Amino acid sequence: MKTIAMILREIAALFVDDGRLALAILALVAFCAVLAFGLHGPASGIAGALTAGSIVILAFSVRQGARRKPH
Amino acid sequence: MTWTMAAPALSAAFLASLVEVVEAFTIVLAVGTVRGWRPALIGTGCALGALALLVLLLGPALTLIPLQALQLVIGVLLMMFGLRWLRKAILRAAGFIALHDEEAAFAKETGALQAGDSGTASRRDWLAGLTAFKAVMLEGIEVVFIVLAVGAGRGLLWPASLGALAACALVLALGLILRKPLARVPENTLKFAVGVMISAFGIYWTGEGLGVSWPGADLAILALAALLLASALTLVAAFRKRSVEMTA
Repeated sequence: MKTIAMILREIAALFVDDGRLALAILALVAFCAVLAFGLHGPASGIAGALTAGSIVILAFSVRQGARRKPH
Repeated sequence: MTWTMAAPALSAAFLASLVEVVEAFTIVLAVGTVRGWRPALIGTGCALGALALLVLLLGPALTLIPLQALQLVIGVLLMMFGLRWLRKAILRAAGFIALHDEEAAFAKETGALQAGDSGTASRRDWLAGLTAFKAVMLEGIEVVFIVLAVGAGRGLLWPASLGALAACALVLALGLILRKPLARVPENTLKFAVGVMISAFGIYWTGEGLGVSWPGADLAILALAALLLASALTLVAAFRKRSVEMTA
């Protein structure tokens, strides 16, 4: 039972390690979904928002991680 | 199936699987060295059986999901998985997180196995087998996810599976020759490359799931990968400078 619980925890950790990073990605996708299905925005705008948003999220997440003391 | 689509799927699955198989190999090697090869191989065999069952169950189930929904769900999961790897690889390259050391992992695992010397021989074998099972199962689940996620979106399961199998064969062959942890594998460089590729696939599939027609169709994956790589290298350069300033 312990092994199964540990395997399930590890599976969840594959996607969610830094909770803020995971939440930011979900928020970005939700924003793009509203653009696509709610506002019927142009495909190039959605593609641009998704790509640029991912890079911005990555940069902020790295900045957050770089607050600790270097190894 | 075009080569421009199959090649990134094959290489992403190969590189990601290489990292995971090296990590699993280190632990199986530790179990085999300390407790003998019987429990190591039984644990590994059971895990591979469980993984095969997982693929047999999940593979057909994926075909029941409408393609656009599948692309969206897999795309989001790949973005979460890939950007997480890329973030860690950037922080490692910049000096904020220690590099993964296979020799240290091997020493830690053999130490833990030797420390648990109490109990009967059969109990020790059981624990050793369980250790091998957990290692192969956990790393194997990552490989299965990557193969399914990279391959399921557009009928690329075969090239993705071939990439993963080639990685397994390579690690096994090197392991049989060297009989020691594969410490010289440039793990962070591989993780960096995998993070870039998986994130590019994730953004692409998510876009497709949202109804985006990417300019250049499949070639957009390579463009996304190039953009992510350039951004990641810029972040490494910026934060490495900061790391040096902080330690000075």
